[in-house]
Amino acid sequence: MIVDAFYAAPAVLILALAVYTTVVRGTFAASVGFLAYGLLLTITWVQLHAVDVALTEAAIGAGLTSLLLVRASHRLRESEAAIRAETPGLPLKLAAGLVAGIVGGGIALAVLTLPEPAPTLAPQVAANLAATGVGNPITAVLMAFRAMDTMLEAIVVLLALVGVWSLAPDRAWGGRQGPRYNADPDGILAFIARVLPPIGIVVGIYIFWIGADHPGGKFQGATVVAAMWLLAMLAGLTDAPPIRRRWVRALLVAGPLAFVAVGIVGVYAAGTFLGYPPDAAKALILVIEFALMPSLAFTLGLVMAGAPERPEEAA
Amino acid sequence: MTGTTLVGLLAAALVAVGLYGFLVNPQPLRKLIAFNLVGNGVFLLFGFIAERGGLPGIGGDPVPQALLITGIVVAFAATALAVTLLLRLHESTGSTSLADEAPSPKDPAA
Repeated sequence: MIVDAFYAAPAVLILALAVYTTVVRGTFAASVGFLAYGLLLTITWVQLHAVDVALTEAAIGAGLTSLLLVRASHRLRESEAAIRAETPGLPLKLAAGLVAGIVGGGIALAVLTLPEPAPTLAPQVAANLAATGVGNPITAVLMAFRAMDTMLEAIVVLLALVGVWSLAPDRAWGGRQGPRYNADPDGILAFIARVLPPIGIVVGIYIFWIGADHPGGKFQGATVVAAMWLLAMLAGLTDAPPIRRRWVRALLVAGPLAFVAVGIVGVYAAGTFLGYPPDAAKALILVIEFALMPSLAFTLGLVMAGAPERPEEAA
Repeated sequence: MTGTTLVGLLAAALVAVGLYGFLVNPQPLRKLIAFNLVGNGVFLLFGFIAERGGLPGIGGDPVPQALLITGIVVAFAATALAVTLLLRLHESTGSTSLADEAPSPKDPAA
């Protein structure tokens, strides 16, 4: 039983890092371990011929999620020693290990006994790809065959932001999110935050644009653009806008609203919600993509900024 | 055993490690990391199944792959909301304990 080292090496490293993030003492170390783990996971996604998923994992799974964890573990560091005392004893750990082993073993058994040939929708996608006008089958699924999922996904991110905003203390409601970051204006962080965004924004827009025919797309592109904005915020070069501003709200809902509007147009033009007339499919998909990308970048950036903490005046 | 089957087994192992961490670590942020490990395991399993349904020319089955992108974004949104909740809990009570008798010194109602 020889398994290609090409598959085995990343799998061993990923599993080792997963165990490390679980058993290591400090939460900060666990968060950094999770970042390395997420980046290695992108290799596995490429091995599974899922380059679009690899890009999403790198940008959102490894990138944004790890940044959230690293920042939160820094802010929670004083409370850590007290809570470590609540670690359960050996019998409970053994019981948890048993439960985890049974669940993992059951899944492994299912993996080894999956039916042959594998069920697939790939032939149907390949047969209908030309009708959508896009060349990347994953974009065709996201924007045409399963467009409802993508619309709800954009709304879920918006709802997460509503949730984040609602956690504002009363005095900060309507104010700015997160702490004000003050980095050394001549330091390396401020330098990088000036040099990197022009490149990053171009890369983000490229990933967005290329997504029609090659791996890429609006979520991955919007994440890169949002990351550039966050970098400038963390370096103290710019600040999160006060959330009571009308333009903030308008920019947030513009993308999802355009998506819903195109869906309603579909009811009249193609007889079903989010249906596209064949000759206008590509044009309508582009309308949604262009409206959604700025809203998504803005929403993701604000979700990352955290709950409002400062009244507007005290900026 | 092919290389991709190994990925399927890695997915099962990640679910197991994550589940263990979720049950054993008392720190809520560590539970969130563990929750993400379980999520990654489920996503990898889904990706493994998508790869099996691939055709020459289209890598894997694009339908589950597209759903995976949606899943990763939704998992991020849930994690972001949970992290913010946790920071707010810490700000208002000074503790992140999930134990029943958690002290709440700064709570005005107490």
